[in-house]
Parts: sequence; structure tokens; C-alpha cells
Amino acid sequence: MTEAKHHEDASGANKVKLILAWTFVGIPLLWGVYNTLAKAVLLFK
Amino acid sequence: MATAAQADSGGIFHWLDRSHTVAKPGFSRWLVPPAALCVHLCIGQVYAFSVFNLPMTRLIGITESAPDDWKLTELGWIFSIAIVFLGLAAALTGTWLDRVGPRKAMFTAALCFGGGFLISALGVHLHQLWIVYLGYGVLGGCGLGLGYISPVKTLITWFPDRPGMATGMAIMGFGGGAMIASPLSVWLMQQFATPTHVGVMETFIVLGLVYICFMMVGAVIVRVPPKGWAPEGYVAPAQPKKLVTTEHVHVDQALKTPQFYLLWGVLCLNVTAGIGVLGQASAMSQEMFPGQISAAAAAGFVGLLSLFNMVGRFFWASTSDYIGRRNTYMIFFALGMVLYAIVPWTGNIGSVALFVACYAVIISMYGGGFATIPAYLKDIFGTRYVGAIHGRLLTAWSAAGVFGPVLVNYIREYQIDHGVAKADAYSVTMYIMAGLLLVGFVLNWLMHPVGEHHHMNPEDVDA
Repeated sequence: MTEAKHHEDASGANKVKLILAWTFVGIPLLWGVYNTLAKAVLLFK
Repeated sequence: MATAAQADSGGIFHWLDRSHTVAKPGFSRWLVPPAALCVHLCIGQVYAFSVFNLPMTRLIGITESAPDDWKLTELGWIFSIAIVFLGLAAALTGTWLDRVGPRKAMFTAALCFGGGFLISALGVHLHQLWIVYLGYGVLGGCGLGLGYISPVKTLITWFPDRPGMATGMAIMGFGGGAMIASPLSVWLMQQFATPTHVGVMETFIVLGLVYICFMMVGAVIVRVPPKGWAPEGYVAPAQPKKLVTTEHVHVDQALKTPQFYLLWGVLCLNVTAGIGVLGQASAMSQEMFPGQISAAAAAGFVGLLSLFNMVGRFFWASTSDYIGRRNTYMIFFALGMVLYAIVPWTGNIGSVALFVACYAVIISMYGGGFATIPAYLKDIFGTRYVGAIHGRLLTAWSAAGVFGPVLVNYIREYQIDHGVAKADAYSVTMYIMAGLLLVGFVLNWLMHPVGEHHHMNPEDVDA
């Protein structure tokens, strides 16, 4: 197999894409975790 | 056999073809995990489907069930059908998915899963349960199976240095999906509910459309690496490890190896031990600690378990990159046995904290088992058909989905019928679970590399 490596682009545009993509999935996930923890607190009250 | 190139289609769906998803220079591989998460966060909703069960028993009666309303036992089949079709779709479409690439698979998964909700909304509107079975159960279940396996091979190819972490991130999303869907569904039903309407149909429509859009974002973002790509600075180990192959095994050939069945057993037993407890967690905690754990606290306990289920997927799969897959499963089985054996004792001494801690670790390893298996398959069978092999291995999940709850429920019933106090009725179950994990430990210990005669020829690998 050939070793066709390519460098990852660390440009601003790529960083923006990364931030947008991770925010897009991160916000609902964090909201779900927050809701779960809020319920779980009752276990220790 | 059709090759990847032959699988390309024309017309307006050309953008879905594998050839259009090859990453251009400069593409960051860290965009692929969020693409996978877009799909897994949606399909993870299946674990939260039970929030619809009670409202769907009051579609006619609204405040309480009318004689013509659906029964809970009938509604329970929706989830079961979906899980069966998840397994079937994953097993039957794995080879197709390998050929057409992740984007077309994610696109199809989005249409099936979201479409399942829309058809179910029609079923609710017409009050025809068979339409809901067909919608969410059959079509949605196919979307679940396709969506579950679609990003696995892509992630493994993008992260040859950390395949466990990469697949762990995606499969973590499946664990987290229920944590989003449950409160979201309840909130939506509250918004749509009127004195003459429970709001299930509208909630199905909104969820269906939202899930289609969200999953489509994943399909748009996802890319496959160019042929021969390797991450910057990555050097494949010169001396391959004993249980990490550099060869490839065809999906049909994999089924002829003992390693496939050993892994099937390993996954099935690990899931059986966890799934039975997960389904009974609320009732079990209240019955083992009467007066100490209320219904609301038990709901918190279930929530906490789902959190550890999610975190365990990422933690254990990532850890497996450093300590090896077999060692990771050794920990699951050995530590699981000890913890299951300890659980009845925590009930006897009345220690809620210890009980919760034991289950948190057990459930983290249940999730970890799901997340580590793709990388284990890659180590044993190579990357070429890992997606298709993973799909077929998921039938172990379907089997465990039956064994686990049946074991826990029937043993508990048997104990109570024979005069055992409710608080003690789970002890035997725990010891049986520990026994199952012992069998899993042996199966995992027996794992060895696939025989060379099963390996693909190099010219077939590139076909």
C-alpha cells in the first residue's frame, strides 16, 4: 500500500468548521447530560 | 461482485456516491466523529421510546385508558420489533454499506429512521397499531441498524492510531441519544397536548423531521480518506502485535472462523449481563432498598446509569487503544463478576452509595463492550470488511436483548413465587449474571489470531 499522507489543514476556515460541527452535536448532548444529572441528584437527597 | 466504483449512481443522488465523499487535501479527520455523532445521537432515541408508552395507552381516553385504547403489552412490541430489525438490517446490509460508502448509508438511515416516525404518526392518527409497528418498528428499525454501523469503518480508517477512541466517540452518541430524546419527547408532548389530545402524533412528526435533518448533516459532513492515507506522523507498528492483524478477512470467510463466534459470545454475554439489569434498574433499586430509594430517586438512579453507559463507551474504548482489546474485555468480565457478586451484599448492609457505585461501573462496562467491539473486530479481521462483520456480529445484541430481560424477570418471579422476600429476590440473578460473565471470560481468553488460510489475497483487498 502506498503511504499517501496529506497534511491536515490548520487554517481558520477548517477551525471554524470544526467548532461548528462539534458545537452542533455538543449542545444537545450537554443538554441531555444536564437533564440527566438534574434527575440523578434526587438519588442522593 | 460489484466493486465500490461500480456502486456509483448517476442523477441527483450522485453526491451520495463514495467517489464524492473522498476527502480533499486539508480535510480534518476530527470532522468525522461529529458526523458519526449526528447519526448516533438520533438513533440512540430508541432507548427512550418507552416515554411514549403510557401516553399511547390514552389516545382515545385522554386522561385514562378507554376500552378501545392500545394496551401496554401491545405497545411493548414496537421497541422489540425495532431492535429485531436493527439486528437484521445491520447483518444484511453490511456488505452493501461497505460498497456504497458511509454517506449513502447515513442518508438511507436518516430517511428510514425519520420516515419511521412519520409513518407512526399516521398510525397514531388513524389509531392503527400495525402502521406503528411497520413505521417505527420495521422501517425505523432498519434505520437504526444502518445508522449504527454506517460510520464504524470510516472512523477506523481515519483513526488507525486510535480506532477504539474513534468508534467509542460515535457509539457514545448512541448512549447519549436517549438522554436527549427522553426530556425532549416529554416536553414536546406537553406543548402539543390539549384537553382532547395527548400530543403523540405531533411529537412523532416533529421528531421525525428533526431527526432526518440532523442525520443529513452527518451525511453531508462525512468523508472517507483517500486510498493509502495515513495520519501525519503515524507509523504502522513494524512488529505487529499477536492479536492485531495487518491482513484482511472477507465477511463471508469471517463467519467460518471460530474467532467470529468467540466474539459473538463475548458480546452477547457482556450485553446480557447489562441489559437485564438496565431494564429492571428502577424496580430493583426500590425493592432492594425499601424506604431508602423512592420512585423519584429510582428515576435518578436510571438516569445516572444511562450517563455511565454513555461515558463508559468512550472511556473503555479509548482505554482499549492502550491496553489492548482482549485485556479490556478481561477487565469487563473479571471486574463484572466481582461487582455482581458484591451487589447482594450492598443490599444486606443497606449501603445505597456502594450499590450505586457497583452498578455505575457495571453499566459503564456494558456500554464499553458495545464501543470496544468494532476495534476488536478490526484487530482480528482487518479493516476491509469490518463494517459488514460488525453488522453480522450485532445479532448477538438482538439475542442478548431477549436473554437478559428474560433471565432477570423470570428468575425474580420464580424467587418471589417460592417465598423469597422482594429485597432478596435479585441475589440469585446477580450470581447467575456473574456466572455468565465467567463464561464470557473463558471465551475471551480463548481468542487467538485468525488462521492465514482465511486471509484475503492482496489483489482482492483493493477490488
